[in-house]
Amino acid sequence: MSILETRNLMKSFGGIRATDDLTLAVEEGELHAIIGPNGAGKTTLITQLCGTQMPDAGQVLFKGRDITGLAPHKRARLGITRSFQITSLIADMTVLENIALAVQARAGSSFRFFRAASSVEAIQSRAMELLARVGLAEKAGMVTAALSHGEHRHMEIAIALASEAELMLLDEPMAGLGPEESARMVELLRGLKGKHTIVLIEHDMDAVFALADRISVLVYGHIIATGLPAEIRANKEVEAAYLGEEA
Amino acid sequence: MSPRTLATLVAMALLAVLPPVFYYTGNAFWLDLATRLTILAIAATSLNLILGYGGLVSFGHAAYVGLGAYAVGIPAYHWLYGGLEHLGLATTSGLVQIPLAMATCALFALVTGAICLRTRGVYFIMITMAFAQMVYYAIVSIEEYGGDDGLVIDTRSELPGLNLDDPIQLFGLAYVSLVAAMLIVRMITRSRFGMVLRGAKGNAERVQMMGLNTYAYRLTAYVISGAMAGYAGALLGNFTTFISPEMMDWTRSGELMFMVILGGGGTTGGPMLGAAAFIILEELLSHFTIYWHLPFGLLLIAVVLFTRGGLMGFFRGRK
Ligand SMILES: Nc1ncnc2c1ncn2[C@@H]1O[C@H](COP(=O)(O)OP(=O)(O)OP(=O)(O)O)[C@@H](O)[C@H]1O
Ligand SMILES: [Mg+2]
Repeated sequence: MSILETRNLMKSFGGIRATDDLTLAVEEGELHAIIGPNGAGKTTLITQLCGTQMPDAGQVLFKGRDITGLAPHKRARLGITRSFQITSLIADMTVLENIALAVQARAGSSFRFFRAASSVEAIQSRAMELLARVGLAEKAGMVTAALSHGEHRHMEIAIALASEAELMLLDEPMAGLGPEESARMVELLRGLKGKHTIVLIEHDMDAVFALADRISVLVYGHIIATGLPAEIRANKEVEAAYLGEEA
Repeated sequence: MSPRTLATLVAMALLAVLPPVFYYTGNAFWLDLATRLTILAIAATSLNLILGYGGLVSFGHAAYVGLGAYAVGIPAYHWLYGGLEHLGLATTSGLVQIPLAMATCALFALVTGAICLRTRGVYFIMITMAFAQMVYYAIVSIEEYGGDDGLVIDTRSELPGLNLDDPIQLFGLAYVSLVAAMLIVRMITRSRFGMVLRGAKGNAERVQMMGLNTYAYRLTAYVISGAMAGYAGALLGNFTTFISPEMMDWTRSGELMFMVILGGGGTTGGPMLGAAAFIILEELLSHFTIYWHLPFGLLLIAVVLFTRGGLMGFFRGRK
């Protein structure tokens, strides 16, 4: 059974059909890349999957259960997490505090008023472990706002990891990264393959073809093709609609 | 020790020592000023929990102070003139009045917060203000308790081992309460609960995507804050012994917000420093000129505009 499904999803903004009869199935454990030109509706799709925007019509199913009307925090608890295309962190908290918050959210122990959060050893050490995994251990004590864009992108991944979510929706994790940072991110994502189901939205074609198990191509809010990387590369329609303009 | 902690401790030490010294050297007036300052500092500290740490710009906090004061005044009134005996509310006992003040305010915060917290930004400001004005007009309309003429509290709250008619003891109670309020807010904001509250201020969507229901956390903070402000109100009623709806006017709410912002929101000592600066400046300027409101307002705006993080901004640690 597919872990994530959308059925005939529709979403319009005024006259723009950002999501147009979008049907998609993501299999458990796969890294499913979604590519498409700017403004194709990729981010809009993610927001409907994680619940921050409601579709006008259609359904979203997670493990066969209809979650179309479920609030974002409830979907997160079911095991869906996302990273943001435009970095979305808590700028005035430290790097460690950001990650620790995600860890405590996962642990379900947030309604505690007495002990200082910084003294809860299990949470702090788990957060440090995650920071080490994305290469940010030395920056733990810094205020998040002081970090570079690339470091913010890696924090996004650490937060996604903290959730231990089965399904990760990653919206252009490579956006704005230099070649070196990009390579590091590709390695990081490769390490996650198989452990989590990942929906990866990405413009960086090298990264997409290096990582994806399957690729869907989104154009004007509609999936025009889904297949193995080799199939997508060979697809004439895709080439015309999208890959052609890149080359 | 960070410069901020040091500044807070020095200010609290001065506040503990100076007022009694003034009092015993024949300047009772300054003790009065300090008591008022201390009580308002408690209210500002409670507002700081939601405003400074939670980013919730509540423009109706004076309503809680007022409700707290009436929770002392109304039982005291009935104790003297009869009525409400069957509810046990004709009493001068502080052990009834103070819990009543806090429970009333917690309930009011729960009911109104449940609605207000569904809105954002300017709407939140307006609706918190609207609820406060509602309480204001409700009290004005109750003739029995003096309407807009207010109500005299003939007998102060009776507490075991304390005599609140003694200005020094009243000040002592206010001071200890302020210390407790500051420590409680400090504890809450450093806890895991506090992390969620602060995180939601910085980026609510992100926190929700972590699986946390920011609404529930904010509402909880809103209720705690309201109950604390109600406590401050109960003290204020005992201090002024005259209460009126004017205590709940929106300008009073504005003053509390100003104290928090002036001193530095999101810091333990900020609201206390802000309340001190506010009350002392108001007093000094009003001696120089009857037109003190204008320079006072300009001064406050200057502090807010030119110091990052209010007065506490002066004590920022080096990085
Ligand atoms: N909140 C909104 N209000 C109005 N229009 C919107 C809104 N969000 C997205 N759109 C429009 O919907 C279309 C799809 O936008 P979306 O951000 O989903 O594209 P995208 O595929 O993520 O693009 P990019 O590759 O640039 O990130 C665009 O035309 C965009 O202008
Ligand atoms: Mg996008």
